[in-house]
Amino acid sequence: MSAAHHDDGSKTTLGFWIYLMSDCLIFASLFATFAVLAGNVVGGPEGRELFDLSYVGWETLLLLVSSATFGFAMLAMEREDRRALRQWLVLTWLLGAGFIAMEVHEFAALIAEGAGPQRSAFLSAYFTLVGTHGLHVTAGLLWLAVMIHQLSVFGIDAMVRRRLACLSLFWHFLDLVWICVFTFVYLRGAV
Amino acid sequence: MFLGKLTLDAIPWHEPIIMGTGVAVALGGLAMVALLTHFRLRTYLWREWITSVDHKKVGVMYFILGLVMLLRGFADAIMMRAQQAMAVGANPGFLPPHHYDQIFTAHGVIMIFFVATPFILGLMNVVVPLQLGARDVAYPFVNSLGFWLSAFGAVLVMVSMWVGDFAATGWVAYPPLSEMGYSPTTGVDYYIWSLQISGLGTTLAGINFVVTILKMRAPGMDLMKMPVFCWTSLITNILIVAIFPVLTATLAMLSVDRIFDMHFFTNEGGGNAMMYINLIWVWGHPEVYVLVLPAFGVYSEVIATFSRKPLFGYSSMVYATSSIGLLSFLVWLHHFFTMGSGANVNAFFGITTSIISIPTGVKLFNWLFTMFRGRIQLHSCTLWTIGFMVTFAVGGMTGVLLAVPGADFMLHNSLFLVAHFHNVIIGGVVYGCLAGMTFWFPKVFGFTLNEFWGKLAFWFWLIGYWLAFTPLYVLGLMGMTRRMNHYEDLSWQPWLLVALVGAVFVGLGILAILVQLAVSIRDRAQNRDTTGDPWNARSLEWSTASPAPFYNFAHVPTITSLEQHWEDKETGRAWVPPAAYEDIHMPRNTGAGFIISAFAFVLGFAVIWNIWWLAALGLFGMIGTFIARSYDRDTDYWVPAAQVEQIEKARYALMQEARP
Repeated sequence: MSAAHHDDGSKTTLGFWIYLMSDCLIFASLFATFAVLAGNVVGGPEGRELFDLSYVGWETLLLLVSSATFGFAMLAMEREDRRALRQWLVLTWLLGAGFIAMEVHEFAALIAEGAGPQRSAFLSAYFTLVGTHGLHVTAGLLWLAVMIHQLSVFGIDAMVRRRLACLSLFWHFLDLVWICVFTFVYLRGAV
Repeated sequence: MFLGKLTLDAIPWHEPIIMGTGVAVALGGLAMVALLTHFRLRTYLWREWITSVDHKKVGVMYFILGLVMLLRGFADAIMMRAQQAMAVGANPGFLPPHHYDQIFTAHGVIMIFFVATPFILGLMNVVVPLQLGARDVAYPFVNSLGFWLSAFGAVLVMVSMWVGDFAATGWVAYPPLSEMGYSPTTGVDYYIWSLQISGLGTTLAGINFVVTILKMRAPGMDLMKMPVFCWTSLITNILIVAIFPVLTATLAMLSVDRIFDMHFFTNEGGGNAMMYINLIWVWGHPEVYVLVLPAFGVYSEVIATFSRKPLFGYSSMVYATSSIGLLSFLVWLHHFFTMGSGANVNAFFGITTSIISIPTGVKLFNWLFTMFRGRIQLHSCTLWTIGFMVTFAVGGMTGVLLAVPGADFMLHNSLFLVAHFHNVIIGGVVYGCLAGMTFWFPKVFGFTLNEFWGKLAFWFWLIGYWLAFTPLYVLGLMGMTRRMNHYEDLSWQPWLLVALVGAVFVGLGILAILVQLAVSIRDRAQNRDTTGDPWNARSLEWSTASPAPFYNFAHVPTITSLEQHWEDKETGRAWVPPAAYEDIHMPRNTGAGFIISAFAFVLGFAVIWNIWWLAALGLFGMIGTFIARSYDRDTDYWVPAAQVEQIEKARYALMQEARP
């Protein structure tokens, strides 16, 4: 294989890592802005009054477990076990979808009680930061669905392998971001 | 509801300048389509250019985008200069304030995002893979996608001229002015979405080039054997990846403020406008290094080639470039010393800003020492480089002056500042891009550019810059602030008249470049470069044919020297045909990049006008095309060795004639 071959997997992985770092900076900007604006509740509700830690705890658990199931999926891929890989990916998808459902429900409840993103700078920053993470997870779900389909079309070939490896990086990355969200937004806001 | 906020009133019927331009552009476009149809070139255009993933063609398209937008940006500039030359006392000038405000905003946005950035990306596209000994960039499809996103971002800016208006906020759109309360029209939305779309393209290009440079160097080329242009490109692309996400996030926050009535940067609701200003300059300051570092790379290549000497202080050049990259993140606050962050914070940022002049000075001395006792050939590329050194040094000094917080309190937002950044951007970035265009043109097209018109362009630009901006330094010291539509002080007018003359000279410089291109294409038969090395140059790209074949190198070279091609020439190893040819693996062309970007344009336009069904269509179109593309497994092909051999044999035969 020549040096200029285009399907060399290491290039894709490196590029995806660099993309993740750039995405990380989007979150960094949002976290920094949240930190600056978190106190600006302008007479509106504070985090302490709004956040239900046990609800968010379950949400967190769903996402963390989905990272674990993605890990098992990758192990199944290493074993070339297509059936198990598929099952683990579907389970991951369901957990991720559950996370998104809970988040949408939480957002809807906040808006219903008059604590929408227009209420204060704090809530603008909160909805945008958490919502951006939610949009990423949603994109991940779409990607996951496409990969489950490609798995049945192409089997475990080099390209599916590489794409799943990238998706797994993406998924774990979102998990890490969520841990920061949980810590700096919910825990810090609730105490 | 069906068309959101869009009505027929959005078209500025009563503005003769805009409608006149509109008619001219429409007629020009129709003539273009008619010509393409007449000469049956539409299929050619689609097959060979629009869908192309060849880095050289993508580079050329970036350059064409930059040149076209340069004309628009310059039209804005000459209108501003004309307005300020006349709008004193009782004379209101010919531009009403709202139109004038859009013009200075559009001028800044276009020149940075749609002229300088495409020039830089175009140069990197053409040169980096060739200098690395690679056959393409790491992700050819992403490369095409990135270009088309930039191009459609530019189209969005142009559309704003005739459908609605453009931002009237200045090129960084500071809130609260850019918030809904003070900018209720769609102008700021055009600003946001054109930059979001083109910014995505730039980020993709950045990732692509970092991976290309780290992973696709020819065997034996360790990082310290990499040509300086590639080093400056590496640092530039690392900066792109590090800063464009911040721009994306910042504009997204401004956008949700405007669309969903949020309170990130508003006056009311607890918003904090200074947060925006901090974030935009965390992007904005490194951005100027994104633009100027590759230009430094061009000068390094040019000056070594035309002084017939190796570049002086290669490793110090690498370290200087890297430290400029690092320091560029530590200076953003100097854009708003007047924020009131206190003497200590201001002193810190003032000092870091001054420190940047040290690595930059190192570079300047390196170029001078490269010329010292060299056999200097005063080619137009050399002229651009010398013109840069003289001009840029002054711009650097006024920059250090502005870095002193006390002085900045007096000079910020004055024409002194305007003169300073044009001094470094024109004298640094633009001269570099034009030198680079002249230098690498034969590598892409196979013939050299006309020297007479090239030198004429240089003199017009050099005189034009000095005439146009030296008066602005003076006016800044006299107290004239930037972005003025009208003024009362009669003593300013003579200086502004001189500045107008300068702008006319710059216009002649642009004209000379267009004539140069036309004349060179006409005379291409006389100026053919059959050797592949018209300048007797030093790095790898000059070892392959001109124009470089689509696969760049028939045989990927093994690198043993920093100046491989020069070394090969010295030792007689250059231009030796390989013993045997091999099959070459290449990416197939694809229209996906163009289609996705067209949908991105639809998405942007629809969100600007709140046409939500159309926005959904644009988004689904983007995602759908991308997913469809991911099912296409036939994205590469093999070029058979026999075909490579045929192309290369023809090339060596031509070279035999030139170099018996």
